[in-house]
Amino acid sequence: MAERSFAKEVQKLKIGEGETFSGEGILALTKALLEAGVGYVGGYQGAPISHLMDVLADAEEILTELGVRYEANASEAAAAAMLAASVHYPIRGAVTFKGPVGVNVASDALANLSSSGVTGGALVIIGEDYGEGSSIMQERSHAFAMKSQMWLLDPRPNLPSIVQSVHQGFELSEASNTPVMLMVRIRSCHVTGSFQARDNKRPPFTVKDALANPRSDYARVVLPPMSYMQEHDKINNRWPAAQKFIVEHKLNEMFGPKEAPVGIVLQGGMYNGVIRALQRLGLADIHGDTEIPLYVLNVTYPLVHDEFFEFCEGKSSVLVVEEGQPEFIEQALGSALFRAGKNISLHGKDMLPMAGEYTGQVMLDGIEAFLKKAAPELLPARLRAPNSEEKPALPDLSKTVPIRPPGFCTGCPERPIFAALKMTEQEFGKHQIAGDIGCHLFASLPPFEIGGSTMGYGLGPASNAAFDGGGEKRSISIIGDGGFWHNGLSSSIGNAVYNKSDGVIVVVDNFYSAATGGQDILSSRADNASKATGHPIADAVRGVGVKWVRQIDRTYDVPKMREILKEALTTDHVGPKVIVASSECMLNRQRREKPLMNKAIKEGRRVEKPRFGVDEDICTGDHACIRLSGCPSLSLKKLDDPLRDDPVASIDQSCVGCGNCGEVADAAVLCPSFFRADVVHNPGWFERTLGSFTSRAIAWLQNRRSRGRIEFVRT
Amino acid sequence: MASKTQTALQSKAHDPALDQIIKLAIMAVGGQGGGVLTNWIEDCAHRNGYVVQATSVAGVAQRTGATIYYMEMAPAQERAPVFSLLPAAGDVDILVAAEMMEAGRAIMRGFVTPDRTTLIASSHRALAVSEKTVPGDGIADSEEVIAAAEIAAQRFIAFDMEKMAVDAGSMISASLFGALAGSGALPFERESFEAAIKASGRGVEASLRAFAAGFEAAAGGKIERPQAGQAKLPAANAPAGPKHLVEQWSKLEARAAAMPEAARDMALTGLRAVVDFQDLDYGAEYLDRLEQVLAQDDPAKGHELTREAAKYIAKAMAYDDVFRVADLKTRGSRFARVRTEIAPAKGAQMKLTEFMHPRAEEIVGMMPSGLGRRLSNSQGSMRLIDRLFNKGRRLRTDRLLPFAQLYVLGGLRKYRRGTLRHAIEKEHMEAWLDKAMTYRKIDYALGVETLRNRRLVKGYSDTHARGLSKFDRVMDGVALLAGRDDAAHWCRLLREAALADEKGDQLEGALKTVRSFAGQAETVLQN
Repeated sequence: MAERSFAKEVQKLKIGEGETFSGEGILALTKALLEAGVGYVGGYQGAPISHLMDVLADAEEILTELGVRYEANASEAAAAAMLAASVHYPIRGAVTFKGPVGVNVASDALANLSSSGVTGGALVIIGEDYGEGSSIMQERSHAFAMKSQMWLLDPRPNLPSIVQSVHQGFELSEASNTPVMLMVRIRSCHVTGSFQARDNKRPPFTVKDALANPRSDYARVVLPPMSYMQEHDKINNRWPAAQKFIVEHKLNEMFGPKEAPVGIVLQGGMYNGVIRALQRLGLADIHGDTEIPLYVLNVTYPLVHDEFFEFCEGKSSVLVVEEGQPEFIEQALGSALFRAGKNISLHGKDMLPMAGEYTGQVMLDGIEAFLKKAAPELLPARLRAPNSEEKPALPDLSKTVPIRPPGFCTGCPERPIFAALKMTEQEFGKHQIAGDIGCHLFASLPPFEIGGSTMGYGLGPASNAAFDGGGEKRSISIIGDGGFWHNGLSSSIGNAVYNKSDGVIVVVDNFYSAATGGQDILSSRADNASKATGHPIADAVRGVGVKWVRQIDRTYDVPKMREILKEALTTDHVGPKVIVASSECMLNRQRREKPLMNKAIKEGRRVEKPRFGVDEDICTGDHACIRLSGCPSLSLKKLDDPLRDDPVASIDQSCVGCGNCGEVADAAVLCPSFFRADVVHNPGWFERTLGSFTSRAIAWLQNRRSRGRIEFVRT
Repeated sequence: MASKTQTALQSKAHDPALDQIIKLAIMAVGGQGGGVLTNWIEDCAHRNGYVVQATSVAGVAQRTGATIYYMEMAPAQERAPVFSLLPAAGDVDILVAAEMMEAGRAIMRGFVTPDRTTLIASSHRALAVSEKTVPGDGIADSEEVIAAAEIAAQRFIAFDMEKMAVDAGSMISASLFGALAGSGALPFERESFEAAIKASGRGVEASLRAFAAGFEAAAGGKIERPQAGQAKLPAANAPAGPKHLVEQWSKLEARAAAMPEAARDMALTGLRAVVDFQDLDYGAEYLDRLEQVLAQDDPAKGHELTREAAKYIAKAMAYDDVFRVADLKTRGSRFARVRTEIAPAKGAQMKLTEFMHPRAEEIVGMMPSGLGRRLSNSQGSMRLIDRLFNKGRRLRTDRLLPFAQLYVLGGLRKYRRGTLRHAIEKEHMEAWLDKAMTYRKIDYALGVETLRNRRLVKGYSDTHARGLSKFDRVMDGVALLAGRDDAAHWCRLLREAALADEKGDQLEGALKTVRSFAGQAETVLQN
């Protein structure tokens, strides 16, 4: 079960014509798909569209009622491949994944799909992970749309526009026989708002209808000579059809006065940022009514040159607001103006930065710079004068405020794996270690600093392939259960088996696709009503021919973890050494167990709740335990004792009693400061009686000693 | 053509409706419930007839990392307003920081400005990993953030909302919400805030309690300094025990109280520590040592030497050995402290597990010094002892037998003076003290700094060994420096470098620098 449940919210998906839908972007997208009569949906989780997958999963019942097939695809490639159903059949299909990394994975299928062309509308909803809050390399999915010739929608980031673009996307796809990408940025996915709902629509032609009436047409198969014809079809037919549709249905929008000396061309997703900058410059009102004409590209690919020229009419300068690089749109518009022999100055990346997110300040500075140059008379007087306002001098906090990158959660079962690995490295020296995508990549950060690269989802062990031949010290690679099933089984494990890799592979199995929000995967242990879970990773690994496999069922057992790592690094075995380290993601486990536990306590049943603590007078404040942990609940406190120079370790009430502290203190022979306190709720009669006897006996002994010596007490 | 159109265009008059937009950013640490807070605020604004737009970043970037939620709201009108999805520097009305350094981050990013921003910050600290891993004290200074906040914010409200929430059995999101309501920064009535909590339907009672606490404190416009440590308790200073011992104690106490004022409190603290560690005789030994130092101190220097000696001799004498740990673990006062910290519900019982891992070194350390030294010099014996004893031991001190084991061990402290560990510690302490007093003769400040180097020796087993090695390396560096004007300054730098990282890389760098100038100087002197 996913981290966040939308079970309540998805009920809103049932509302119909005349009602107002309010909620988050991802819910609006789902509602729009249902209104558009989608026949099948799928995708692969990953921020910022993880929650869209969660919404779809939670809405499965509603989808099924409508005759819509929902598939939790194994990867983005699998999701994109599913769109094949729209090649021959008049069925609308939509899949979702993150961009650009998900698009990278999907690109093989997307390229084939684009070449074949589609009959039913095919929509790829991409959560573009660019800018603050992103967890991946900074790139643009735009290039993929261009190279495969898929149309790219980038709607204004408000719910009505996003919903409308879903409808338009399907229509555009069908009008031009071309799959369409619908791009939503990090914040648009979770932006809240409302829109006028329509009735949900059953797909006129369902996937079941298709199975009853199968079709095929070899003209759609990507094989010569049809592939050559498809390439020409793209240019000769699909492209003009798309442009015609875009113009006729006014997919792009123009705002502001018709006549003005300057104008701004922008991606739809930039609209709110541009308006805010204009509002701050006194050139737009609260509703976005602007004095500067705007040409909003809700379709950023293909561009419609005639529409653009029309916008440029009567203007001396135009600014292109396009986030990220390369500046595909600006280049295309520039070349169009040049070829058409237009005399107008085109600005863009000369006013705005080439790289990075267009934040509020960046946008304000860029647009102000453009207007200062192109139409200074438009700016209020105060902005025309340099340095009109003085800012108070602030103390420099850059050396004070620490960076706070993401890290392992409290009680994370991956922490002890990396604590063991760090101790192993302390014993045997530094090793070549490759990381993978997933929570476990946090191990590359302090305090562990384990793993120096990540090459893609499920590719950790594959990225150590150059070292497969072995050497003085074995290479180690990490892969998570998510990456393992995404493509790691073949690309990483199969590859290692076939090439007789000498390396050690650690599979971090936390029972979920945890980093993306706890979605179930093949090896999840939970029962899932509509998906097949419970397929052990160790079985799969053996199945592809790994002979040396070790399964650990409690990662918190640090000494055992260390012992197995040691064995893997020293065994004579030829071929890959695979360690499957399994324990449940603590976030999910707590979410599952906490309510049950509280209920049991309330009902008077016996429940044990563990928590760790530190004896502050035994801790010497060297923080060695923290360097093997980094747990948020293991922190420091300063004692009110003049003899102490350094803060001592301290565990706060958020501790879930995972055991890592005790295990590490023991395995690394750190110190005896830690203790575990298990609170026994509702103890039985015998336990109570024994407990009371023991505590009285202990108290007697304690008093006896106190009486014989001098002690210092609080008064 | 352009000139014709230019006249048709004018800079628009500022839209007063724009001033009605309230821009609110929440800076939090992943896992603090920022999403819940955002939902409450959004609901509350809706109840007051506002249109709201909220955005957040979900996903892996949020796990325990710094994260930001942003919302804008304005009174609803016929036409929808256009809101920004991102906060902009200089354009935030209310900044809610769920932790002190996140408030600092907000200030650094320009989200807090004197013309408009109400800054509502929880003064507690959730330490970042980089602050915690430093072997010394790496905790960032909240005072600097507070100083900046007082300049940067139009209004600044800060108090410990985390503690408030915990006390109410809730999450910080609830006390933050209360503080937001109490600050009056949003033009909404208290009831509408509470209605939002009630409508959310989970943990409502506890949330309302935390909300109320936050509301009251913020309505009072509170600015509370973050507390460095735990809540201040009266110090455990009062002697308790059999009459004859208390009488003897009084004599020792009088000796310590006779120390010069600058060193008096420290001497008393140190005396209590060593008496607590061993016995009254040990306390007398401590005072003997301290009085020797005092005899060589310089009153003109404010008795700094004696004060530092009072602190570090006590620490050196009250070292951490097996008896000490066993004694501390089995004390009644410790049991009471654990009980307060864990706070088991009424009727609940508590099991207590200790994590011990004795090595051969600890075992021979408990032996009489002669035997212990012989054994520790024989690799074979040490290996055998390791095989017998070196393993993790988990002791359930809530059970009688395991408790008794530790209790007996704690009682063996009577024989401590004869043990190998004691001999080693004493030797080390005397060598260090000698060195410090030797330096004191040529350079008072260096003598003081040398005493302070004792801070480097701490921890158990490997960590203790690493601390000792750092101590030795610093002392070697100091040996090169002795006699120079800046020796004390460099001694302090070396010590700070040693505390900055685990392996001592920074110390190595600092030593290199010292060698580069002091080493040469030494050769020059020799020539």
